Amino acid sequence: MTLELSHLKRRFAEYPALDDVSLEIPPGEFLALLGPSGSGKTTLLRILAGLDYPESGSVRQSGRDLLAIDARRRKVGLVFQHYALFRHLTVAENVAFGLRVRPWRARPKRADIAARVERLLQRVQLQDMAKRYPAQLSGGQRQRVALARALAVEPDLLLLDEPFGALDAQVRVSLRRWLRELHDEFGLTTVFVTHDQEEALELADRVVVMNRGRIEQIGKPDAIYQDPATPFVCEFVGRVNRIAACCEGGKLVAGGLVLGADPWDGRHDTAIAYIRPEQFIVAAPDDGEAWSVCVRRAFGAGGTVHLVLDAAALGQVLEMDIFGAERLRDTWQQGACLRIRPRHVTVFPDGIHPAAARACEPGIVASATRPMAVGP
Amino acid sequence: MNAVVLPRTSIWPRRLQRALLILIAVAFMLVFLLLPLAVVFTEALAKGVQTFVAAITQSGAWSSIRLTLLVAAMVVPLNLVFGVAASWAMARFEFRGKALLGALIDLPFSVSPVIAGLIYVLLFGAQGWFGPWLDAHGIRIIFAVPGLVLASIFVTLPFVARELIPLMQVQGSEDEEAARVLGANGLQMFFRVTLPNIRWALLYGVLLCNARAMGEFGAVSVVSGHIRGLTTTMPLEVEMRYNEYDYAGAFAVASLLALLALLTLAIKTLLEWRYGDELAAHAPGGR
Repeated sequence: MTLELSHLKRRFAEYPALDDVSLEIPPGEFLALLGPSGSGKTTLLRILAGLDYPESGSVRQSGRDLLAIDARRRKVGLVFQHYALFRHLTVAENVAFGLRVRPWRARPKRADIAARVERLLQRVQLQDMAKRYPAQLSGGQRQRVALARALAVEPDLLLLDEPFGALDAQVRVSLRRWLRELHDEFGLTTVFVTHDQEEALELADRVVVMNRGRIEQIGKPDAIYQDPATPFVCEFVGRVNRIAACCEGGKLVAGGLVLGADPWDGRHDTAIAYIRPEQFIVAAPDDGEAWSVCVRRAFGAGGTVHLVLDAAALGQVLEMDIFGAERLRDTWQQGACLRIRPRHVTVFPDGIHPAAARACEPGIVASATRPMAVGP
Repeated sequence: MNAVVLPRTSIWPRRLQRALLILIAVAFMLVFLLLPLAVVFTEALAKGVQTFVAAITQSGAWSSIRLTLLVAAMVVPLNLVFGVAASWAMARFEFRGKALLGALIDLPFSVSPVIAGLIYVLLFGAQGWFGPWLDAHGIRIIFAVPGLVLASIFVTLPFVARELIPLMQVQGSEDEEAARVLGANGLQMFFRVTLPNIRWALLYGVLLCNARAMGEFGAVSVVSGHIRGLTTTMPLEVEMRYNEYDYAGAFAVASLLALLALLTLAIKTLLEWRYGDELAAHAPGGR
């Protein structure tokens, strides 16, 4: 039952929405398609649903050619971003729709349909709303109706387009945990599209990061976050500090600090180093192997303190997060200076970057490089 | 005391404004709508009920009523089908010449009905392009019922489509896609999802189309030939009687035509009243 997508291509006018996308989805997986708008993730979802077709490439499921099957026979459940509930039908009628439109021979009996609708509404905790119209429901309730409607036809594959995009922040978090539980209970293969990296990382078994119609990386949420395969993934997933570095004498250096061994054996002169805000260690005041930084601003946000630091040696601003008991120290006041060094660095080769070339010279303040890249 | 005086002085001009605006609106309606309507009915009954009854039971009057209803009964369904098809094409698909189609749908609004009638005469009349061929096959279009239908279709063509296109564009195709993914075939999708979504706009369009089809004078006048009892619709009958100095007769038929219009209005109001809640509940984005 593994879903095999291979070499899918789709263009809209001159714009490539999908550019040679290949992907395997094992049964029962909860997969996230993550990317900015225009990355092709929704196009991919619509192709799986049968609402759009690629110019070339194939989609196969256990030997069947899925593209040859019309949307209405594909046994796919699709939840639209704006739910697309039928506004002239009640909640119960909406959920029953997929069963009622079946050809006479395949259609369950009236009583069976009613029973199944009731069971589903109970499962999505909307049994009291059966007689209401979609316009009389809240956003979260509508979303659950859309989900029940998609599940009613017992699909092989559940597709969700930005399932939480139109909801309040609070409803969003509770609803996505609930959705994950529902997925585990039904054991359905689920693919959902999102531009929210937090959502993708929290919910999915595997995340597919897409950009400009191409897959940048496929991996478990941890791998995506800790070991991004491309600079794009690094900058798109989570917040990150972007630092110019240079390769010199087999070492990678930034702002006078050795970040590690040169991974390319001198093939590149300059590099970009990415450090996540939580990947800094506070070093001892007399520690030479650290950057000297001063606190420009500190934001306390509950369990975390976000610091904005001036790093003179790098000629740029760094962002750093402090958690747990550490955050209670009073060093984090504005104007305080301390020494820090990164615990984990992700590096990518860079083209000719003047700031990076200068980063080799120890202690010399490079001209202002680009400010740190923050996730969208 | 000042605090009490102040609101009084500030409220009065606003009340005055409101009263003035209402007065203007009511006076305008009175002079331009209700007064003529009242005149139609009083003139129709000026020479007594018997004259009125006699005027509308004449064979000419009766056949003009039948003809008007017949033309409307053919024009409205045809425009309904065309309007839905054209709106669907305009709202759901991208194609070459889409802007042109939109402009063509609006054309009857900008072209004088008389010209519309004349076009059909030039096409299908005895001296027209297709005239000789039609004559040879014994088909009469001009100065006959088909001509009346054609001219009425021309002038009423935009009503349904113009009512539907903006609505269908706003609604988008997501509902229909949802229906397809849920397993609905084309007919099920149309009758269970598309049609319910557009039914109110469709009803408005059809009522407007109907009112215009029954009341159209200019285009119909050109192609009719004014053959009493055969090709005179009610508006034409009114004019003919008026020209024959049969004022009571003219107003009698005019009052019937006005009654038909009022009936249309009543049906619309009744439906709105009957399904008002549903209408409000289905307003886009409404809660």
